[in-house]
Amino acid sequence: MIQITRQVNYTKFLENPFFKEAGEISGFTARFFKEIAKPKQEYEEFIKQCFYIGYKTLTLVGVTAFIMGLVLTIQSRPTLLEFGAESMLPAMVSVSLIREISPVITALICAGKIGSGLGAELGSMKVTEQIDAMEVSGTNPFKYLVVTRVMAATLMVPVLASLANAISLYGGYMGVNIRGQISWHLYWLQVYDALSFGDVIPSLIKTFFFGFAIGIIGCYKGFSSQKGTEGVGKSATTAVIVSSLMVFIIDLIAVQVTDLLGLT
Amino acid sequence: MDTVKNSPIIRVLKLSKSFGENHVLKDFSMDVQHGENLVILGKSGSGKSVLIKCIIGLIDADKGDIQVLGNSINGLDQDNMDILRSKIGFLFQSNALYDSMTVRENLEFPLRINWTKEQRAEGAEAAVREALEDVGLLHTINMMPAELSGGMKKRVALARSLILKPKVILYDEPTTGLDPITSREISHLMVRVQQKYDTTAVIISHDLNCIQITSNRVVMLIDGTCYADDTFEALSKSTDPKINLFFE
Repeated sequence: MIQITRQVNYTKFLENPFFKEAGEISGFTARFFKEIAKPKQEYEEFIKQCFYIGYKTLTLVGVTAFIMGLVLTIQSRPTLLEFGAESMLPAMVSVSLIREISPVITALICAGKIGSGLGAELGSMKVTEQIDAMEVSGTNPFKYLVVTRVMAATLMVPVLASLANAISLYGGYMGVNIRGQISWHLYWLQVYDALSFGDVIPSLIKTFFFGFAIGIIGCYKGFSSQKGTEGVGKSATTAVIVSSLMVFIIDLIAVQVTDLLGLT
Repeated sequence: MDTVKNSPIIRVLKLSKSFGENHVLKDFSMDVQHGENLVILGKSGSGKSVLIKCIIGLIDADKGDIQVLGNSINGLDQDNMDILRSKIGFLFQSNALYDSMTVRENLEFPLRINWTKEQRAEGAEAAVREALEDVGLLHTINMMPAELSGGMKKRVALARSLILKPKVILYDEPTTGLDPITSREISHLMVRVQQKYDTTAVIISHDLNCIQITSNRVVMLIDGTCYADDTFEALSKSTDPKINLFFE
């Protein structure tokens, strides 16, 4: 009998920056759930963050959603026309927007605006010792800064995505009416006919995960910021990159899960 | 949580702290008595800031013990640590004022955890005004930190550390980056604060003017250990070459 032995250098494996960072983000996420379970929530700060994350991103998301709906409709029209299926335009646009385009684009905009904002804000607080000052004054900085911001992002991204859905569908209506003509009533009738709960609910659920990922990565990058102002810039940039990547990974998983559950 | 009578306010026993191969503190020991202004003098990177961050529990020591107001820092849970921290003021080198808050909100911040809602409703405004009056900056109450000069920021940061009327104040290089006149003003202010609030202070500094004005005693931190422990006058006359380097 031949005995095969293989030596694996686990230390080297764990020192790999990718696995090291993945481990640290997991630890950070575990700490989030531990802290959120503790009493004394920072409601005032949470409301403030909902305002900053939600209300202050609304214009950007709204304008993008409108353009998205309009452009998708205008671009899809010639192809459908070729197949003589122009009347399917509202149905096709609404399914594409609600299922995929609107939630993902909203999440990417949020990753850019909220993710970089959190990374830069917490990063500069870290390098100027404001987080230490908070701890010295008896405030739990993780609970005050991280829990509130992650919760606000988790709650506000679905709200923004829902508003983006509505605005992009309105953009679609405008797009249909640029070349053709369809009444307001008929357009919405076709949109509602095309959509089912299987389109709306899974896409809404995944936006909670998008919001959570954007919040947790932005806060993690800010909280682990180092090396002065250079570190703050790096935190903001990597927060956007990693959270955007996470949005696509979550989207991929969500599509697979939805498919497995037969909701498509 | 009460201090044992006549025992030191702060006692550091054989404290060691390393960052990788860099052994910053090696069996460092010192005592600080009630009402004392103790200055820790040492070169940049010698571990002075690490020492006071260990005293307030922001950095965990590798070895040794720290007792503050009769409590061993090592054995404290988070709640008791927060209670202890409410009795300690900390002036950061970078001031660490919250950028997004006004001066008033900066000063009120420590009260939100350490005072009840009723106490805050009744006394927060008066406490903020008193602390700002003590540092001569009452007129800045509604200003943002970005609108203040370096010296003003330092004073506001000092007012914030005084708001809970601490028994101990830790100063991390309080005059760094200030001009000599403002630096002298801050040093005199620290002495006035000590007299008014009957505090005990540990001051990290290498500003000789500041040390001369504020110190009752100076501990020299060299090579991670307590190299010398005496008054400013005695140390300034020392013939030891390592000590002399600081006073030349």
